[in-house]
Amino acid sequence: MAEYQNIFTRIQIRGPAYLGTPLPQGSWDRTGKGFFIYWAGRFGDAQIGPIYLGTLGVLSLLFGFIAFEIIGLNMLASVDWSPKEFLRQLPWLALEPPAPGNGLHFPRLQEGGWWLMAGFFLTSSLLLWWLRMYRRARALGMGTHVAWAFMSAIWLYLVLGIIRPVLMGSFGEAVPFGIFPHLDWTAAFSIRYGNLYYNPFHCLSIAFLYGSALLFAMHGGTILACSRFGGERELEQILNRGTASERAALFWRWTMGFNATMESIHRWAWWFAVLCPLTGGIGMLLTGTVVDNWYLWAVKHHVAPLYPQVFAPVVDPATLPGALK
Amino acid sequence: MNRVPLYIAGVTVAAILGGCEHPPIESVQDGFRGTGMDQMINPRSDAVRAAKNVVPEPLPAASADGPLASAVYQNVQVLNDLSVGQFTRVMLAMSQWVAPADQSCNYCHGGNMASDDKYQKVVARRMLQMVRHLNTDWKSHVGTTGVTCYTCHRGNAVPQYVWFENPGESKARGLAAGNDNYFSSVGTAGSTSLPYDPYTSYLLGDSKIRVIGDSALPAGPSVSLQRTELTYSLMVNISTALGVNCDYCHNTRSFAAWDAGTPQRVTAYYGIRMARDLNNDYLKPLTPVFPEHRLGLKGDVAKVSCQTCHQGVFKPLYGESMLKDYPELAGKPATPPEAPPVASLGPATQGAAPN
Repeated sequence: MAEYQNIFTRIQIRGPAYLGTPLPQGSWDRTGKGFFIYWAGRFGDAQIGPIYLGTLGVLSLLFGFIAFEIIGLNMLASVDWSPKEFLRQLPWLALEPPAPGNGLHFPRLQEGGWWLMAGFFLTSSLLLWWLRMYRRARALGMGTHVAWAFMSAIWLYLVLGIIRPVLMGSFGEAVPFGIFPHLDWTAAFSIRYGNLYYNPFHCLSIAFLYGSALLFAMHGGTILACSRFGGERELEQILNRGTASERAALFWRWTMGFNATMESIHRWAWWFAVLCPLTGGIGMLLTGTVVDNWYLWAVKHHVAPLYPQVFAPVVDPATLPGALK
Repeated sequence: MNRVPLYIAGVTVAAILGGCEHPPIESVQDGFRGTGMDQMINPRSDAVRAAKNVVPEPLPAASADGPLASAVYQNVQVLNDLSVGQFTRVMLAMSQWVAPADQSCNYCHGGNMASDDKYQKVVARRMLQMVRHLNTDWKSHVGTTGVTCYTCHRGNAVPQYVWFENPGESKARGLAAGNDNYFSSVGTAGSTSLPYDPYTSYLLGDSKIRVIGDSALPAGPSVSLQRTELTYSLMVNISTALGVNCDYCHNTRSFAAWDAGTPQRVTAYYGIRMARDLNNDYLKPLTPVFPEHRLGLKGDVAKVSCQTCHQGVFKPLYGESMLKDYPELAGKPATPPEAPPVASLGPATQGAAPN
């Protein structure tokens, strides 16, 4: 019994590295001959490589590297090229977008031009990587589900970085590069627009985020729990419903009256994951462009509940006659 | 058995938790249930703070009878309404609160007590005017608790928590210049990377602090996120200075809504204006008086922020009034003290303290 209750893979079978299906004519070669890492095998497949980079992969890595360098070198310059200070202050360092007054013009490099360039190269890198995922899936005769799920995340990135700033008429609305800076930006964004938690699309996004985690836990738990009956061989179970499938289905029917099938559970999970950034992106896109204060919007539409007054009532001192500025 | 992963896991957990305050943290609910209006108290750091914010024993009271100090001493410009006994008592108190221990009276006075040769004396005179101004005209913030020299100085010639414009020289040069406006390792905005100088805009200048839209739908020009971050920086600064969370003043469901917040927010509103008033009318004009080594990098005078008095506590010295023991510093305003401008100020200044 204990054999089936492990968080790590306990058995690793080693043969010669599998080099993959033959590549079509005109393709680049795969890089490497494949090797094994024991600890990788505890979590997943012990075989690493060979990897297929191709034109798109190489270009994507190159563009990503340029963006990484622009951001990193700007940060390093901001601490006077001191590696020690760079490490110490790294979480606080930033490459900031142009100032709000700049609008949609291309500013001088030191006034946000670097930020725009980094954004361009990072975006190119992401889109090239997306294309690569799409092409690799097609090359294997697979569907393109993974690519479209990735596109959902890219959509949110594009909304934050370019679509919304353009609609607002200022690159200054976009997210800075940096560890704490982008987090502070997120908090400031919510505060500026009157609490993003009252944005219904933000609500949906959170529901799909938590829902994804819940579904993942339910599905992972179910399959692991059925692994002594071969439940982890999901494709076989989809094709020929076996006792693992039957038990899993029965378990959920008994506990919640309804169950996914061996195939549909993956459809649920995919949609939950895809809808998280998709709805989140819509929520961000509406913020500032269509709605300026989500709290007041929620009060107007009777979404925000009214709570009893607990504190002594106060008035805004600025509204009193003769108030200080 | 291979223990490497165990060590790695142990180090990782320690690294992640290393920056945390260890439990238990006490929380006191002060708002309606479910709204998250709770004050968080760490009893251990609170004890450290409490030990640093103890009111010193008052000097024996002095009689208001007898001749006026201004009639006996020369060049008494501010405390000219005090008796000699009261005047001497204030001088003695100041020598303990402000002057370095080895200098005492000599810190401000040379051989001739009436002389204004020492800059310290000129500054001290202006500071006495400031204290009386605070206790008379800023009851909206200091209430009847009031302030004394000790509220800020705490035995230091220059209060420990003052600020200067531009805490550091710009490091970045050439095409990368202008990239270091934001990151903060100076701690003025807590541990965030928000703009590091909220002071110049709000506690010296009177830039508009409010950034949140007052209508559901967009109306008029939008306030940028950079302005928002500057306001946010000021708010984090205040929060750190007072040792409180955002919800000491605000209901975080709506930072802007006054009807959702606490009365403390009104006190804070006046506090910001008070600091601005002091910086512009009392400290900035003293710039030419100070020697160079007392000035900041840009040649500006030391200025006050909330931290200068509060020093990490929601009410300076935990709200214990020193003014009641030193009525000499309350001054004698020309007109009787006015009632606070807002009827609801009572709860704001007397409001439920978190501990």
